[in-house]
Amino acid sequence: MITVDSLTKTYGGFTAVDDVSFTARSGRVTGFLGPNGAGKSTTMRIMVGLTPATSGTAHVGGRRYADLPNPGLEVGVLLDASAQHAGRTGREILTVAQRTMGLPRRRVDEMLELVSLTPEEAGRRVRNYSLGMRQRLGIATALLGDPEALILDEPANGLDPAGIRWMRDLLRGYADQGGTVLLSSHLLHEIEVIADDLVVIGQGRIVAQGTKAELLASAGTLVRTPDVRRLAHALVDANIDFTDSAASGTHDALRVDAEAELVGQVALRAGVPLTELRAADGAGLEEMFLDLTADTQRDDTSEGAAA
Amino acid sequence: MTTLTLEHEHEAVRTERAVPAPIPFSRIVSVELRKSFDTRSGFWLLASIAITSVLATGAVILWAPQDELTYATFGAAIGFPMAVILPMIAILSVTSEWSQRSGLTSFTLVPHRGRVISAKATVAISTAVVSMVLAFAIGAVGNLVGTTIAGTDLVWDMGLDDFLYIVGANTLGMLMGFMLGVLIRNSAGAIVAYFVYSLVLSSLSEVLAASQSWWSDLRPWADFNYTQNLLFEGGFTGEQWANLAVSGALWLVAPLAVGLALLLRSEVK
Repeated sequence: MITVDSLTKTYGGFTAVDDVSFTARSGRVTGFLGPNGAGKSTTMRIMVGLTPATSGTAHVGGRRYADLPNPGLEVGVLLDASAQHAGRTGREILTVAQRTMGLPRRRVDEMLELVSLTPEEAGRRVRNYSLGMRQRLGIATALLGDPEALILDEPANGLDPAGIRWMRDLLRGYADQGGTVLLSSHLLHEIEVIADDLVVIGQGRIVAQGTKAELLASAGTLVRTPDVRRLAHALVDANIDFTDSAASGTHDALRVDAEAELVGQVALRAGVPLTELRAADGAGLEEMFLDLTADTQRDDTSEGAAA
Repeated sequence: MTTLTLEHEHEAVRTERAVPAPIPFSRIVSVELRKSFDTRSGFWLLASIAITSVLATGAVILWAPQDELTYATFGAAIGFPMAVILPMIAILSVTSEWSQRSGLTSFTLVPHRGRVISAKATVAISTAVVSMVLAFAIGAVGNLVGTTIAGTDLVWDMGLDDFLYIVGANTLGMLMGFMLGVLIRNSAGAIVAYFVYSLVLSSLSEVLAASQSWWSDLRPWADFNYTQNLLFEGGFTGEQWANLAVSGALWLVAPLAVGLALLLRSEVK
């Protein structure tokens, strides 16, 4: 179990992490979701003691990371797959970690096999690795000590679709065996398919957290009509909250905070034709996420949903 | 298939776990030793100690005047490249954790940076001593071969104390490199700083001492490079040891303390 309590990190006047608290439970995959620069990596670096916190605490299995006698055996950490000496071979990087943790030599071969790096690839220097291979090597290093918890920063970066699928299965199996997995991502869809719990962070602050089911359930109703303006007026008259559904990728849809049946009645009374009316699974989360990213994103989010 | 392997392992160990034993310091030292020659650059830096020793020995045999063909000449010739290479090894052992960003893993597996840095210092000092022994063994072979070729008498004009003085001088030089690595934490920056210190500053000090008598008097106390180089000549008096201690506190110990304090608190990215 990983517990983060009121973690804050300021750089001069800038608050990178602002009073962040959450728990990643054992047996579950916790997705740490947020746009680039939201404070995910800083939070993770603080958790493992690479960055000193301004205030607040982080505990793994009830202890501060710095108090773990041999951290590699208790927490597997992958913060940046490219942060390795480019002149070492993949096998050598694993061997250095294996020796530091005091593990038998065979663990290196077992891990290479687990992450599907061939002996020939393992003998290459890391400067010649693709990002996907570096991620596999990083996962191998994290799993080497058979830890109870994993802290992974954007582990799917650079993996091809098959690789992402592979990692999803790997982490799922790991959590099902009782392990704690905390992984970050800036891609909602990527994290939606694997996480049990979600922690959403934006501009250093947690904006939502809970189980995936809870967060997806609170999404309301998606309604699509060629006459958005008239429907909007009718909803305002009926005193029902709604927003533009940026997540739908078009301008003819609204996300309404009400049951589908009620929305249908409002539309019927107003005489507005509907082309779609359904529970907006996840659309609420996606919109919240798009709002978060809107400030930092270069693309116009209203043009496409593929952000 | 991957999931299957995982299941096996986790069923076996996940249930009840003993608290792991702490990582012993000796293990961190052995890992740091391995890290100092498991890359091409690290390997060749270490290899260059042996290579330059052989080259320097060969140069003495070829070009030294016959009456100077003694062990001390070999020792001096070998010591010169060593004084450049050893500090580079010390610098890179520290700075590569930042410049190559491998510190992200090193300081996560051992979350006490002081232990990692102490292990690096241990490896650096051991490397200096072992390299010197190796180099002087090569020099001894050179002395044997050289005098045999030239037909001159074998002269072993270097005692254990001379050897210890030279080891001490080179170890201090290496520690200067180590200090700059800790303080600057950037490979290129620390290497440049080392050459500015050992070449530029020492020349300036030389020029100043020649024209200003106050500096010439103060120099042994304030110019660590100067006093440290005097070690190569050996035969230190009590005052010279005091010179070494004072200038060393100024140039080596104080900045090392500052560098360590910063390093322990800094952010590893």
